[in-house]
Amino acid sequence: MKKFERLTSTVVPLPIENIDTDQIIPARFLKATTREGFGNNLFRDWRYDGQNEPKPDFVLNSPVYSGKVLVAGKNFGCGSSREHAAWAIQDYGFDAVVSSFFADIFKGNALNNGLLPVQVSDAFLHAIFEAVSKDPATQLVIDLENQTISLPATGISESFEINPYKKACLINGYDDIDFILNQKEEITKFEQERVSFG
Amino acid sequence: MSKTLVEKIWDAHVVKSEEGFPDILYIDTHLIHEVTSPQAFDGLRKRGLPVLRPKQTVATADHNVPTIDQHLPIKEELSRYQVDMLTKNCAEFGVELYGLGHPFQGIVHVIGPELGITLPGKTMVCGDSHTSTHGAFGAIAFGIGTSQVEQVLATQCLLQQKPKTMKIEVNGTLNAGVRAKDIILYIISKISAAGGTGYFIEYAGTAIQSLSMEARMTICNMSIEMGARGGLIAPDEITFEYVKGRRFAPQGEAWDKALAYWKTLYSDADAQFDSVLSFDAADIEPMITYGTNPGMGMGITQHIPATAAQPDSEQFSYQKALDYMGFKDDEPLLGKQVDYVFIGSCTNSRIEDLREVAEFVYGRQKAPNVEVWIVPGSKQVEKQAIEEGLDKVFEAAGFGLREPGCSACLGMNEDKIPAGKYCISTSNRNFEGRQGPNARTLLVSPLTAAAAAVTGQITDVRTLLNHPELA
Ligand code: SF4
Repeated sequence: MKKFERLTSTVVPLPIENIDTDQIIPARFLKATTREGFGNNLFRDWRYDGQNEPKPDFVLNSPVYSGKVLVAGKNFGCGSSREHAAWAIQDYGFDAVVSSFFADIFKGNALNNGLLPVQVSDAFLHAIFEAVSKDPATQLVIDLENQTISLPATGISESFEINPYKKACLINGYDDIDFILNQKEEITKFEQERVSFG
Repeated sequence: MSKTLVEKIWDAHVVKSEEGFPDILYIDTHLIHEVTSPQAFDGLRKRGLPVLRPKQTVATADHNVPTIDQHLPIKEELSRYQVDMLTKNCAEFGVELYGLGHPFQGIVHVIGPELGITLPGKTMVCGDSHTSTHGAFGAIAFGIGTSQVEQVLATQCLLQQKPKTMKIEVNGTLNAGVRAKDIILYIISKISAAGGTGYFIEYAGTAIQSLSMEARMTICNMSIEMGARGGLIAPDEITFEYVKGRRFAPQGEAWDKALAYWKTLYSDADAQFDSVLSFDAADIEPMITYGTNPGMGMGITQHIPATAAQPDSEQFSYQKALDYMGFKDDEPLLGKQVDYVFIGSCTNSRIEDLREVAEFVYGRQKAPNVEVWIVPGSKQVEKQAIEEGLDKVFEAAGFGLREPGCSACLGMNEDKIPAGKYCISTSNRNFEGRQGPNARTLLVSPLTAAAAAVTGQITDVRTLLNHPELA
């Protein structure tokens, strides 16, 4: 996994609340047996019309907005627990998602896959939307080590919460398997010392 | 310090525990099957990792296999592909496979216990939510997702937060015609399909202690249907008696040592549970579900609860469930025609279940309007059923014994219930489409299913119990 340290990027604003995982990646795209390629179908039904033509008014099709951070309305990632939602966002090229609330399972799936969900206050979220609507080139800074997010253009900044284990994983660029394998000696020691029956 | 049974087993398997970090939990046995393992093996290949402890990993093919003509190639393409992948992956990574044609093949949660792989005090996982079945032996056993399957293959460990614990006691004597399946359907109907969320459940009380191992497995199997992580029962003489002499169970001196340890596996008298519930066995009658989650269950003589009696926020989905099932508020279910009877699945496909069904249908005939599928949980169950002549009893009643697999428990293999049809089923899930697109599932015990097989309708089995020993 990629190491996540400090991210400075423009953002893609999606000021809609309750975006569910069916919108993020519709169920009909879940059949694949690998984890790659889901980015092409991220927000499929908002992004393309029935003829598979890009809808010009959807933000991912806009030439004005781009960046490594998706900023979305409250309760992002609700609905079905599909892990593919996190894969799709990441595969598209986002490293972080900012919202004022995340559905629990989505948050877990995102963190497990190295995508950072940053939960901010309603006021901060509003400030981001306002700043980028005035100037799409507005930069957002996410400092994982210090757990802060800031909008240098406006001078505002906020701290955010993250589970210490997940933080360690993201900063070191390892996932659960790398983390456990780092303790291989302890595992072997455990196996040798314990009494096992059958 | 006093501990619950879950805590005793958990603590004995923690490789490392650190503040703010999940525990690294050591897994004794990892069971795998064809559906949830291909991406996990693929992940190992990409990382260039071996299976860390192949000897603690056991594979079988069950979800997608046909249950007739198993010696022929699998017709359905995806199923055949997954079963072939499993064979290839097991060969490449050195994992023992009890695949199609092997005398030990069967539903993963049936073969573990019968081979003596499932033992008290173990930690066991499988990429299947009904792994909780193995908890019947006093083991910590739970289902995991595909990325966790990869984690366990690679490390023999799992990152886990210690779960909360709940004790569910059932005391007293069971009524005539009431079986383990009725107990668990009753509990779920009382606490709802989400009532156990976040907990590991220990079942206790005199009504539980008096149950056979097969019956205890039925109870633990459905823990997940109330949202629990898993369920378990403290091992006792019934457990030890069942385990003794099984193929992979400890023998000789190792047995004595194991037994001494297993006898320490119980919740201390003053251990603290996060939640305790208590039920009276005398309140339970044969159960049936009428909706599309296992919490929508009632005594078989009762009427379907009215939509208006449900909490406001649930009325919409409640009504939707009844519409799906083709049922109405306040309706009784007794006497309704059924189309299929499915006796099988990891909930109720063990030898004891088949014996009970055979004993009931002996001398009786299948109703003309129903199709009856009896699917043994494993090759060993099938063999034993044939040795005991149960297959002849079924044949005389008008239906055959099929070959082992998950079968109509899930609409994934060839055994699907057609749209709109009613199926009385001994499986564990009545979700929309679970047994096939638009199929309608009614969950019951094997005994109640057998009654429907001979009458062709939803029947209170107690009205047909003329053998005193069945009562
Ligand atoms: S029988 Fe049903 S519940 Fe049991 S393992 Fe198979 S599919 Fe899962």
